[in-house]
Amino acid sequence: MFNRLAHLDVRNIGHHTVESLYRLGYWTRFFALTLLHSGPSFARPRLILRELYFTGVLSLIIILVSGLFVGMVLGLQGYETLQTYGSESALGVLVALSLVRELGPVVSALLFASRAGSAMTAEIGLMKATEQLAAMEMMAVDPIARVVAPRFWAGVFSMPLLAALFSAMGVFGGYLVGVVMIGVDEGSFWSQMQSAVDVRDDILNGVIKSCVFGIAVTTIALFEGYDAPPTAEGVSGATTRTVVTSSLVILGLDFLLTSFMFRGV
Amino acid sequence: MAHDNVIEIRDVSFAYANRPILEGINMVIPRGKVVAIMGISGSGKTTLLRLISGTVKPSRGTVHVAGQSVPELDRAGLYALRRRMGMLFQFGALFTDLSVFDNVAFQMREHTSLPERIIRDLVMMKLHAVGLRGAQQLMPSELSGGMARRVALARAIALDPMLMLYDEPFTGLDPISLGVIGNLVRRLNDALGATSIVVTHDVQEALDLVDYVYYLSHGRIVAHGTPDEMRASTEPLVRQFVYGEPDGPVPFQYPSRGFAEDLRLNR
Repeated sequence: MFNRLAHLDVRNIGHHTVESLYRLGYWTRFFALTLLHSGPSFARPRLILRELYFTGVLSLIIILVSGLFVGMVLGLQGYETLQTYGSESALGVLVALSLVRELGPVVSALLFASRAGSAMTAEIGLMKATEQLAAMEMMAVDPIARVVAPRFWAGVFSMPLLAALFSAMGVFGGYLVGVVMIGVDEGSFWSQMQSAVDVRDDILNGVIKSCVFGIAVTTIALFEGYDAPPTAEGVSGATTRTVVTSSLVILGLDFLLTSFMFRGV
Repeated sequence: MAHDNVIEIRDVSFAYANRPILEGINMVIPRGKVVAIMGISGSGKTTLLRLISGTVKPSRGTVHVAGQSVPELDRAGLYALRRRMGMLFQFGALFTDLSVFDNVAFQMREHTSLPERIIRDLVMMKLHAVGLRGAQQLMPSELSGGMARRVALARAIALDPMLMLYDEPFTGLDPISLGVIGNLVRRLNDALGATSIVVTHDVQEALDLVDYVYYLSHGRIVAHGTPDEMRASTEPLVRQFVYGEPDGPVPFQYPSRGFAEDLRLNR
């Protein structure tokens, strides 16, 4: 009995490994095709603009409100810790660096995955289930060029902008709690932040991170939608996978990027 | 190859993995005709349409459309051929994020550089042909099933195709919409000088409108002829299908063990 179970487990592991590798290869091919067929999107920027509205503009509310709250919490927690060392004037630095280096890109990407990524997967999955993609193929229009590529570029462009807005709102939230509510000195809050945050080391690295997250989330979301079985169950499973896979990939990539960017700097 | 034949299918077989779907299909469809491909669900009708549109390749045999060998075409060649085809999908497959007008204008905008003014006139003409000029600003979600099918038809004929493919165009329609669509299939074919293939299992509707019928069963053509010949056919399979008899060569029961055994009467 035990032997049988062990045998089954090994088979399952093998099956899952092969399946995952297969999907990874398929995903890579999908990504390459998307890049290859991006020409028409840039020849007709209206296509990208329309998707920018859906992925970028419509994600603004959740990004801005979350940024504000995260910044306010940072202000409160940071003040609590810093004041025990008598260095509450460094609150501005703490808030800004945490946001620009880590929380801005990571949290906004997580929110982006659940707000825009899931919507992309569901939309493309349903387009497939209702034969809209097949109809496009029959009209000699490539769905990758017409449907996937504009969404990809819209996601890649809007992610860093959303992360920047998230960080800006976060800093404002930290200011509201730290300076306006608790009464930390306004001058040192801003001037210390100004001198400690480096454009290249901190801001640029943050922007690079969010660009990478943007590419990752958008390709995962588009691939899952395109690959979804054309049933209600299939689309719902794909949407869940988008959110779960994107979140894990964002956090994994964040560790990887951080370890390259901030080694003892 | 004779140029009066839009489609020539010779000795075609097709299988998914090891499951044979079509075997030894021969079919010739002359220009200007409306031809029905009939058969019960799962008989391989839709696969035949896919072979003609180049979505799948046959494992054996040749498929020629307008003199071109479809399986040998590269992507660009296939797309060029598809621009001359129109296809009506089973449930319309309208783009849900575009209005009726934009759906019909879709191919014109993708494939031509016509000015918007001319596209507008063309879209109006296509919508007028299906009687839905007044619905141009509606979204697909606001249309009834029959209207959606008509809009999809207007979209399929947007570039005046030489070949129209209909995949179950009558499924799920009320009798009036069914009559309207049937009428349109015939009228548009004759007005456009096109050739049409209608895959369907709506026998009476199809027999009234087509010129020729191919009857498919288990991946083979078991009968073909004019609608009158089909009505008069003595082939049991065709009779059962045409007259909708519940039992016959196609059994009512899905293959199973003996009834007594399933009821456990022998214990």
